[in-house]
Amino acid sequence: MLPWLTERYGNPSGSHQVARAARAAIDDARDLAAAAVGVDPGGIVFTGGGTEADNLAVLGALGRVGGAVVHSAIEHHAVLHAAIAARPAAERREVPVGSDGVIDLERLADALDPSVALVSVMLVNNEVGTIQPLSEVARLMARRAPQALLHTDAVQAFPWVDVAELAGVAHLISLSAHKFGGPQGVGLLAVRPGVALTPILHGGGQERDRRSGTHNVAGIVGMAAAMAATRRTRAETVARVGRLRDRLADGLLASVEGSRETGARAAKVAGNCHLCFAGVESEALLVLLDEEGVCASAGSACASGAIEPSHVLAAMGVPRAEALGSLRLSLGPTTGDDDVARALDVVAAAVHRLRQVVLR
Amino acid sequence: MRVLVAMSGGVDSSVAAALVQRDGHEVVGATMKLWGGPSDSGCCSVADVEDARRVAQQLGIPHHVFNFTDDFERDVVGPYVEDHRRGRTPNPCVACNRHLKFDRFLVRARQLGFDAVATGHHARVTTAADGRPALGRGRDRAKDQSYVVHMLRTEQLERILFPVGEHTKAEVRAEAVRLGLRTATKPDSQDVCFISRSGGRSEFLGARIALRAGRVIDARSGEELGEVPAVELVTVGQRRGLAMGGDPSERRYAVEVDVPGGRVVLGRLEDLMVDEVPVDGVGWVGDPLAPGSPTTAQCSAHGPALPATWTPGVVRFDAPTRRVAPGQSVVLYESDLVVGGGVAAAG
Repeated sequence: MLPWLTERYGNPSGSHQVARAARAAIDDARDLAAAAVGVDPGGIVFTGGGTEADNLAVLGALGRVGGAVVHSAIEHHAVLHAAIAARPAAERREVPVGSDGVIDLERLADALDPSVALVSVMLVNNEVGTIQPLSEVARLMARRAPQALLHTDAVQAFPWVDVAELAGVAHLISLSAHKFGGPQGVGLLAVRPGVALTPILHGGGQERDRRSGTHNVAGIVGMAAAMAATRRTRAETVARVGRLRDRLADGLLASVEGSRETGARAAKVAGNCHLCFAGVESEALLVLLDEEGVCASAGSACASGAIEPSHVLAAMGVPRAEALGSLRLSLGPTTGDDDVARALDVVAAAVHRLRQVVLR
Repeated sequence: MRVLVAMSGGVDSSVAAALVQRDGHEVVGATMKLWGGPSDSGCCSVADVEDARRVAQQLGIPHHVFNFTDDFERDVVGPYVEDHRRGRTPNPCVACNRHLKFDRFLVRARQLGFDAVATGHHARVTTAADGRPALGRGRDRAKDQSYVVHMLRTEQLERILFPVGEHTKAEVRAEAVRLGLRTATKPDSQDVCFISRSGGRSEFLGARIALRAGRVIDARSGEELGEVPAVELVTVGQRRGLAMGGDPSERRYAVEVDVPGGRVVLGRLEDLMVDEVPVDGVGWVGDPLAPGSPTTAQCSAHGPALPATWTPGVVRFDAPTRRVAPGQSVVLYESDLVVGGGVAAAG
């Protein structure tokens, strides 16, 4: 990335040699990304991250057409709030999920009819890591809402699954670089040929007039490099991290009384370990883990930084009291045996310690 | 010691954190997210949290946000609304201190292994003759907040620091300026934090309970003088908005607020004067006051402490005073130390 921030610091929209070099770097990145996602290079729209990609997909697909939007109850807020911005409640249909964290296909079928313009179902959930059956979704759509577009937020999916394969049925695919080792603040929306998008940013007409704004050259180059590296090592990482995750989850379930796993393990990507601890507040747990150098998360943070009760866990039917004791430990390519051993010790000790001081 | 400082994003708690740090303690800051609705500082008080976080960064201490909105709704907002529904005049800051700052927050601090918590209240923890901690007024009498923290007990005071209580407000601001804290010139908080200035109490309460229009009755003649749009919004002792076309030279006050009967009784100053106030839910910082003991009673956040005698359940004033609105805290002081307090009941 560094050359594009220093000696090759050109605006790819220019016409001089420095600009042309930047343009070439972006087009190289576009080819790499297209291959990784399974679309034509012309279908790649670089964005300022996953949220923008989701917004462009939802607002862009619904911009000039009528019709309802259908989405799962566990979508990321970038999809949920974009859908709310795009359509009144009467034209939004939220499809529930089971306690396994997977979309209820019968209820999806009920929600589909020819008035539906867009269906948005994430490929992998960001909290509990469950993979959603996109090909089943597409099959139902073909029968009941054949003209509707399918968008998938694949932001959490890329490190763990072959997005080109599993999202091959989607018309629109969102990705974010920082979820697979690329820089923060850059992402993409992959668009199938023939899908019309109304831009949400207006200006110089970059990205075939689908996303105006000067390119984040270094970010895009970094994202493409991270995509290539992720694809090369994915199979090995998934196998290795999956074993570590099983050790971590099984170890905590065994060592911590009143713990339970959220979502079906079989449906989860390898790097997700999500548990609920009875009688413990995750907000306090995170502080103790942080002090011990274990960086974890729970629910999602609002603008103030406060942890909000998770809409995902609520949708899965996890009681609120239990959801307040949730913990997500994410594993990645750099996670090792030592990390898991340490997390096992630290989490169990922290939960034990919190239970010493009884809440009201 | 390890000290958890409750940082609201205001200047007092900002300086409190700095003072505790200067005393050599290990300091961590935490901001309680209490109110999830709209407020004057924006949704979820984001601006205040940002101020607290920035001050923590400037001081080089960790900062956390605790989401206590459920507790705040249950223990502060709900009772506030219910009190109004019954025609009482609650003090939500007292409820917040009792349930949130010095219970929920204190318990969280203990869970996290802190030895003490500090807040930016203008009050003092001093040492009584018997060596136990005592609760005193802040050094800046005009900013003294001992009234709103009167529910603290000796056992709690052992784990509480009020660093700015030793200083005047001017000194606190000067210290904030000296440290370059961004909260140095932030205005003091006013009124009830969860009620926006634009909508006021009537809009807030109107969205939660059905406000009742009521008749205004003359205390002496029983004559109907006029109407008020919401009985629940009238406070005992209130004069504003209740002139009812009477003689403007003769001031008249609400002497009784009767929500079920849908009426407000209006009287002259002498009708408002009382010799005593019944008090519920009395608690003591340390040892209880013996019945018949002389004391002084403060019946509003910045009111005077009036000479009085304590008898169980009743504070008897040495000289007649204006009626205390039911729901207000009545705090008993011995000199500048808080002895205990309770809530004014209907007379």
